[in-house]
Amino acid sequence: MKRANKLFWALIAPVAAILFSLVFVSIILLIKGAQPLSTFHLILSYGSEPENIVAELNQTIAYYLAGVAAAIGFRMLLFNIGIDGQYRLAIFMAAVVGGATNLPSFLEIPLIVLTGVVVGALWASIAGYLKVKRNISEVISNIMLNTIASGLIIYMLQPSRLGLKGVNSDNLATPMIPKSGWMPTIHVFGGELYSFAFVAIGVGILYWVVLNKSVFGFNLRATGMSFRAARASGVNAPRMIFITMALSGGIAGLTGMGELLSQTHTYSLAFPTGYALTGLALALLGRNNPIGVAFAAFFWAFLEQAAPILDLNGIPKEIVMMMQGSIILSTVASYEIVKRITRRQQQRLVGAVDAPRVETDQKGEK
Amino acid sequence: MSALKESRLWRILTSPSRMMITVSAVIILISVVRQFTGINDITSPGATGATIRFTIPLLMAGLGGLWAERSGVINIGLEGMMILGTWFGAWFGYLYGPWVGIFAGAVGGALAGLLHAILTVRVGIDQAVSGLAINLLGAGTARFLSGVFFIGAGGDVNVSPQVKSIGSFTIPGLSPFLTHLGEKHILVVSDVAGVLAGFVTSINWASLFMFLALPITSWILWKTRFGLRMRFCGENPVAAESLGVNVYRTRYIALAVSGALAGLGGAYISVVVTGNYLEGQTAGRGYIGLAAVIFGNWQPAGVLAGSLLFGLTDALRVRQSTSVHALLLVVIALAAVYGISKLRKKDWKGFSINIGIAGVVLAYYLINKVVPDEFVTFFPNLTTILVLAFLSQRLRPPAMAGAPYRKGEES
Repeated sequence: MKRANKLFWALIAPVAAILFSLVFVSIILLIKGAQPLSTFHLILSYGSEPENIVAELNQTIAYYLAGVAAAIGFRMLLFNIGIDGQYRLAIFMAAVVGGATNLPSFLEIPLIVLTGVVVGALWASIAGYLKVKRNISEVISNIMLNTIASGLIIYMLQPSRLGLKGVNSDNLATPMIPKSGWMPTIHVFGGELYSFAFVAIGVGILYWVVLNKSVFGFNLRATGMSFRAARASGVNAPRMIFITMALSGGIAGLTGMGELLSQTHTYSLAFPTGYALTGLALALLGRNNPIGVAFAAFFWAFLEQAAPILDLNGIPKEIVMMMQGSIILSTVASYEIVKRITRRQQQRLVGAVDAPRVETDQKGEK
Repeated sequence: MSALKESRLWRILTSPSRMMITVSAVIILISVVRQFTGINDITSPGATGATIRFTIPLLMAGLGGLWAERSGVINIGLEGMMILGTWFGAWFGYLYGPWVGIFAGAVGGALAGLLHAILTVRVGIDQAVSGLAINLLGAGTARFLSGVFFIGAGGDVNVSPQVKSIGSFTIPGLSPFLTHLGEKHILVVSDVAGVLAGFVTSINWASLFMFLALPITSWILWKTRFGLRMRFCGENPVAAESLGVNVYRTRYIALAVSGALAGLGGAYISVVVTGNYLEGQTAGRGYIGLAAVIFGNWQPAGVLAGSLLFGLTDALRVRQSTSVHALLLVVIALAAVYGISKLRKKDWKGFSINIGIAGVVLAYYLINKVVPDEFVTFFPNLTTILVLAFLSQRLRPPAMAGAPYRKGEES
């Protein structure tokens, strides 16, 4: 009974959030003169066509890694909005290293992946250092670092430096990674699924095990819950913050790696931006739980894959963007409200148990 | 720079007589650099005019950030509020004229500011989450509305129809005289004349109107009862509440004003600078406004200094990229002089750091012919990081900015 109650309150928040955003989007659709129900049906049926499912799964890999990166930070109450810069700089450097070397596959692929992880972790540790040593909010420093990363990448992508003119376009890109650095794809549902999916699953399992079953994970969660208490019990809290930031950046460096290794084999400015916001939203939606984040990531990818069909039917596809924005806001809001309701319930429960005893105590004193 | 505000050097520099000396020294320095490099655009009226146009949006965003943070709420949503300002400004400007557009931009921004207030103050969600969601929502709303309204009116999905321009004024007599003097390229005299000419030649009425927000903000925050209460809410909301200040209401007002200011900055871009709405035209200026607040040490004059510096580099980059390169000489000279001034106190560490900076920049100056555009674009961000990293002890942010506050709960 108690367990059911707990589950009910855990699930009510995301469900309420999605319902709220459906209502919100429906109102906008009605104003625009479109039928909400048929629009949602359109999204559902187009998104679940087999060839789209594979594209969604490939996108899910990137979103999932961004979500896990954000979740690691959240466990320490760190708001890693720098995922965007970390991931792009990491993928860029990984592509440069991959393009410059030609080793056998069993060395080349780990080298590329490791480069991404290290670059992402290093870039994130700037913010971590500023947070620990200078007490600077990681939100501000990461926002600034994102722009700096963009500028650095464009600077280095110039043909006279590390970049090349793209093969089929004017887009600047890094040199192609040799065939030995390509990761195979898996043929399912008539599409090509990145085998990097296994790495993403591995990262999810590792995240869960390290956080819940290791001393390090315990210290991390303890520091996130109470900095002072953790410090009092001998945890080096500043060091934990620094390491968590670097870890989050390292995972962020894996975001987009599937696309690089199995699809583009080169970094260009066509790589998407905005993974930080998505990652944070997914971590919030999935409550930092590896499986919850996975579902949220698939949901997000599903919505985005289905968006173009709306334009073909005369409905602006920005509806999807507004839906995502309202889901983020309503999720956070409903978690906050649920937290307050359950706390009040607990207080009432405690009050009901304690109240009579207090009365008798007072009588006893008299 | 204004992180120096608490320092002894700053007090010396700002005593009236010394200030005249400082200002003259900087002017002479810049004009020597201009003469030496032959890049006359640095102090031309055109460059000054461009600097004003680039500075105003940053100033408005910065003041918006100042209002929010002084009341104790961090506003990362400035960018989204600016985007709404550009959209509302352009659309209502197109329908009812530019001044209505600017007003509408303020209203659009204020609505987003109120949303931020409801979410962070009433519901109590994380301020960063709310701000980022507002950025997403602002961009999405503007794009959606563009698709709905612009296409039928002669625009496109990402471009609005043209807005009529707001008039500008030129002070007769003074403007041609100063411009003429400026073109003579006489050391110092022409530089002062050129810059002054920029301030009296075809100045947009809207620029003047927007600039008023600075003294008004300053006056409200430091000379009125409301301003005192607002700053109190940012420093210690629990104490403020216990003394009868309505923290929630104060923050609501502050965030609405914050959004309105950011919206005005956005409307300025779309109505005055480009004359129509273009998707993505704010280009992260909301974040640079946030940077200007930090750079300006949460003081109105500091916010102005920050937005001027960031606006100047932006304007020079757009006009002539060699100008920014020439300005490096000014940086070198300032670092060297500051480093040598450290010698008086036998501060060898400060001396070597500053001389080191001067040396590195000098080496860069000699090796390269221009500063790459990409570097100039992230100059404000890099400056902010450096200010935070090296001068954080001298920064004085509002004590409780960013901390969650619930009425009746000790935090």
